[in-house]
Amino acid sequence: MKVSVDRKKCLGYATCVIEAPDVFEMDDDENVSYVILENPPEEMRPRLDRAVHLCPTRAIAIED
Amino acid sequence: MAGLTAAQSLREEGWDGPITVAGAEPHVPYDRPPLSKQVLAEDWDAQRIAFWPEGLALKLDVELLLGRRAVSLDAAAHRVRLADGEQLEYDRLVIATGAHARSLPNVPELDGVHLLRSLDDALALRADLARASRLVVVGGGFIGAEVASSARARGLEVVVVEALELPLVRVLGRRMAAACARLHMESGVVLRCGDGVSAIEGGGRVEAVRLRDGTAVDADAVVIGIGCAPTTAWLDGSGVHVEDGIVCDAHGATSQPGVYAAGDVARWHNDFLGATARVEHWTNAVEQGRAVAQAIVHGDGATRFESVPYFWSDQHGVKLQLAGVPHPDDEVHVVENDESARKLVALYARDGMLTGVLGFGRAGAVARMRQMLQRRATLQEALEAASKPTAPKLLRVSTH
Repeated sequence: MKVSVDRKKCLGYATCVIEAPDVFEMDDDENVSYVILENPPEEMRPRLDRAVHLCPTRAIAIED
Repeated sequence: MAGLTAAQSLREEGWDGPITVAGAEPHVPYDRPPLSKQVLAEDWDAQRIAFWPEGLALKLDVELLLGRRAVSLDAAAHRVRLADGEQLEYDRLVIATGAHARSLPNVPELDGVHLLRSLDDALALRADLARASRLVVVGGGFIGAEVASSARARGLEVVVVEALELPLVRVLGRRMAAACARLHMESGVVLRCGDGVSAIEGGGRVEAVRLRDGTAVDADAVVIGIGCAPTTAWLDGSGVHVEDGIVCDAHGATSQPGVYAAGDVARWHNDFLGATARVEHWTNAVEQGRAVAQAIVHGDGATRFESVPYFWSDQHGVKLQLAGVPHPDDEVHVVENDESARKLVALYARDGMLTGVLGFGRAGAVARMRQMLQRRATLQEALEAASKPTAPKLLRVSTH
């Protein structure tokens, strides 16, 4: 599983950091989030699905 | 939002029966948060805020009935009647009729007077902002503040009329409400606080907002932003228990069998708050939409709802986030404040416990503090966490 954030779509609302802080981190200077764990283990999928849902700008993608 | 999230989540949870979503608005489902922000200030169009891409309903095998308002519920017969007379039968019903903008009493029919809740409202307001020069916003809450900010960005003169001593004082307390008021003033918004509106005046088109002290504030456009009320009148006589929103347990179930509610219209029991609460936040609608789907599929085996309220607001170029439900009299500890960069983090606490966190341009810090709220951290723990640099986190190996 590979996780990515589209920096052009992200508006920095940090809902992904709330849902999965071990995968996402905020860059508060640029006001965008970025991925700190690109290939998270499979058991994190439910939380990552929630992060995808909770992103108001739909900037998060998960590839298998 | 809550209704469509519930539909999508039902499919993800393996529900394979037919799903019908009926909504009053004729538009393809869209997000509301940008209505007072990018739609007003940056001319975003309807397509940009649509959140169910073309074809998703078909892919999920969900029947979407747009422009079809529900007008009554017969809970005993398991039937919902729509405005056009059609009756929809159900095994399970999720009510997600949302909320509607409140208005002032006795507002005359004048051009240029707006409420803001729907896409149509936002487009009508935007068309007016394009030709108006002086906007008065009645109500200094988050919607009012965002409208004021968007109108300033378009170059209008803006006056915010607030009945209390400061906008948001009942949400943020005096000190942080003053910090928000400063954002308005730095951007050239004029605040008129501590006085209510006695009349909206004009002939054909609005000309002024009259305050209780007799002063007239000139306006060629007015937005009334004094909050929302849950859309529950259609449930009168249905037996669904309503008390400022549909009263629900921690799984979204209402007082009627097989009937659930979610989002702005609902008052769920929230284990984090230890009480029922109606929460008008986008994230709440998404979380409850998912939770209600799990409750329908898994019954009492679903997780009880325990969520720290979280929302954001964009004002005058500052992204503001609030997590938790601080009381306006709670202690405030400002742990970071850079006025020139307009970045701020403030912790709220009561009886030694963390109760909330407010951030300007510090979404990451607010997100981390929200987790501490979820864990019911003490103020001391939160202050220690706030003083630590976040860099080591990047090296941490996941333990989940």
